[in-house]
Amino acid sequence: MKMRNLLAASVCVLALGSNVATAETFKWAFQGDVQSLDPHGLNETFTLGYLGNVYEGLTAYDQDLQLQPALAESWENTSPTTWVFKLRQGVKFHDGSDFTADDVIFSWKRSLTDGSDMKGYGAKMADIKKIDDHTVELVTPAPNPILPRELVFLYMMDQGWSEKHGASEATSPKAADSTATYAAQNANGTGPFILTERQPDVRSKFTRFDDYWQDIPTNVTEVEFTPVSQDATRVAALISGELDLVYPIPVQDWTRLEEAEGVRPLTGPEARTIFLGMDQWRDELLYSSVKGKNPLKDKRVREAMAHAIDLNAIDEKIMRGAAVPAGILIAPEINGFDAAMNTPYDYNLEKSKQLLAEAGYPDGFELGMDCPNNRYVNDEKICQAVVGLLARAGIKVDLNAQPKSKYFAKVSPQNDNDTSFYLLGWTPGTIDVHNVLFNLMSSFDTEVNSGQFNYGRYSNPRIDAITQEVEKETDITKRQALIAEAFSILREDVGYLPLHQQPLSWGVREGVTVAQRADNVLDLRSVVIEK
Amino acid sequence: MIGGPRRVAQEVPRGAEMFKFVSMRLFQSIIVMLVVGLIAFGLFRFVGDPVNNMVGQDTTLEEREALTESLGLNDPFIVQYGRFVGKAVQGDFGMSYRLRQPVSDLIAERFPATLELSLVSAFMALLLGVPMGIYTALKPKSLFSRGFMTLSLMGVSLPTFLIGILLILFFGVTLRWLPTFGRGEVIQLGWWSSGFFTASGLKSLIMPAITLAIFQMTLIVRLVRAEMLEVLRTDYIKFAHARGLSPRLINFSIALRNTLVPVITIIGLQVGSIIAFAIITESVFQWPGMGLLFIQAVSEVDIPVMAAYLLLIAFVFVVINLIVDILYFVVDPRLRVQS
Repeated sequence: MKMRNLLAASVCVLALGSNVATAETFKWAFQGDVQSLDPHGLNETFTLGYLGNVYEGLTAYDQDLQLQPALAESWENTSPTTWVFKLRQGVKFHDGSDFTADDVIFSWKRSLTDGSDMKGYGAKMADIKKIDDHTVELVTPAPNPILPRELVFLYMMDQGWSEKHGASEATSPKAADSTATYAAQNANGTGPFILTERQPDVRSKFTRFDDYWQDIPTNVTEVEFTPVSQDATRVAALISGELDLVYPIPVQDWTRLEEAEGVRPLTGPEARTIFLGMDQWRDELLYSSVKGKNPLKDKRVREAMAHAIDLNAIDEKIMRGAAVPAGILIAPEINGFDAAMNTPYDYNLEKSKQLLAEAGYPDGFELGMDCPNNRYVNDEKICQAVVGLLARAGIKVDLNAQPKSKYFAKVSPQNDNDTSFYLLGWTPGTIDVHNVLFNLMSSFDTEVNSGQFNYGRYSNPRIDAITQEVEKETDITKRQALIAEAFSILREDVGYLPLHQQPLSWGVREGVTVAQRADNVLDLRSVVIEK
Repeated sequence: MIGGPRRVAQEVPRGAEMFKFVSMRLFQSIIVMLVVGLIAFGLFRFVGDPVNNMVGQDTTLEEREALTESLGLNDPFIVQYGRFVGKAVQGDFGMSYRLRQPVSDLIAERFPATLELSLVSAFMALLLGVPMGIYTALKPKSLFSRGFMTLSLMGVSLPTFLIGILLILFFGVTLRWLPTFGRGEVIQLGWWSSGFFTASGLKSLIMPAITLAIFQMTLIVRLVRAEMLEVLRTDYIKFAHARGLSPRLINFSIALRNTLVPVITIIGLQVGSIIAFAIITESVFQWPGMGLLFIQAVSEVDIPVMAAYLLLIAFVFVVINLIVDILYFVVDPRLRVQS
């Protein structure tokens, strides 16, 4: 009898499987799963991108990373520090309740609770006042020209749902009991897809939300997401036809996808810039043959390194020509980018040797380098190439490449930036240049939290001043001039050695069209499956 | 029925001795687990910084520091270890840093997947390995025997990862007969999730089970062959031949029976290592078992999961060893005399 029940159940499952196949089911895989479904739980690109199909903010990015209205229809900067946002009417959450001004205020307050990782965005507002059910006034602590951008990833939750399930506070990674993590395992947003099933690390299923407020291109009705951690398995699963889209694809597998039938690689420049940083604050380097002084404090040495690194060679040999050599720390997709500043340092080995000789190192010196080996596209290989290129100029680099968890633990400010020379990649979460000025180019300062990712602690007081001005400057032309000044100072100082924009690397099945966003986010709204 | 010299008259040990022996072993087992935990916590410091994986890049230094402090990661590892043990004895293994769920729930979710895979591959290894071992021992010069031995050499030397990928490429990508990853549809039987009752579940099981079974199988082939060859040389086999018993009776009733005693012992221990070494197979096939959970915990520095997994594996080995020890105690009278 029991056996018969099981058989019946398996027949059901089989029948279900065949039903799903007739609907438009989209199956995709990424290398890992999200840590939490809590929209305020983790400020990380993949998590926020994944949740962006379920939850939404007041504003959003389109496929070219241009700012669009989302849950807010329009907004207006009524005084330097106040903004009035008109909310979209008739928007419903997946559980059927209406989206109103109260939900905006609730979500904002929630983003400031203890467990939240979105405090940085929440803190951009000093207060939110309800004008009526569909109008709110946002008060900022200081003038903020990019406020609408800072709201993109501040997702809106339903107050009623959250309170009913004891989820009024953001789930902290250290939450001890399961009631406090309801929002981490369940979701209720306004987005185009409803999360119907989730087994962490195994599978998530989504269904199209019929009451979604806008028309979107996608014809997908069911979505199945699976994390597949091994590159080789992920690629095989795509080629075998089991999946419609997978990413990331290792760069060296592109030709394989091109040759295989029914699939193709989907590539383009990512908004992430890869660069090298140098210790410019210690009086003696931690990892170098030079004792008693810090050769990297000498601008001529940094310049020599800049001219010794052949970006085109790295692009061709390591990145298969898919990277875009960079002259500054931001990509063209980032708000504030200026093409005039993006010319890389020219490759000139003679000049490099000459500069080293002038600085007093005619025979070069030894230098230790830190590099992650599982964080960016071909990160370790890039570092190996840099080692080879610098060796030609006489700088003997000793490479220490390790997994990201160990790498970041070593080079982070919590560990006193234990590095002399390192590779890092950066996409500003706000898709705006200020984030880069503040985190990478400003002096390291624990009071205002600036320069947290300035691991080499490059410091120029003028850039610090400009960063503060850029934050408040609402006049676009003046702001752009300030940005240009900051980048030309950085270039003159050779504060960083930009390498390239790394390529996006997805693989799709023929017959699937999808917009590939430069921030490496898969927006299911754009997925169309040909019949 | 004729029995070999290894067969021992089974005498039930006296209760008090048995109790003393088992309680001594249990006490030692607890010490083993405590030491495993201690070593594990001593090593966690070298795996990396978990906090960096738990927060976004815009999270301030202060918040990172506060999180590190509240997770108790600033304490000396002995203190962290003590806290872990204190909670573990109450059944609380903490929350996973990476998946933000109780570790005990995660392990309970993953355990069925690993156990089903391990059992199927252990059966595969046995059902194929034992006959192959017997055959190669009885007909060492035949072409098949040589083929089996060459295959088993390959099985021992090819890395599991490679075997898995080759299977995926052939059966998954080229022929498209079998799914390349995952566990297929599962059916919930209470808290146990089983892939045995759906077509996709069974199809998904084939390649991972073969991958995991190959190494064990080659081990069994070689072990059975060696034991069998040794038994066939003994006097009582010669005597049996002299008595004119049929070769069939000698080979299967006498020789094989005596061969299996050590084989069973080794296989018992191998079940433990199949569970523990499923890590690679699980990560190649994205099989949602404990091994995959562990390997991902290592890469994301998910300390509570790593600690619980290592203790669980230590526990599995300890239990198997305990059972084997008790069996020895039952089987071998010399042990009883000494104690």
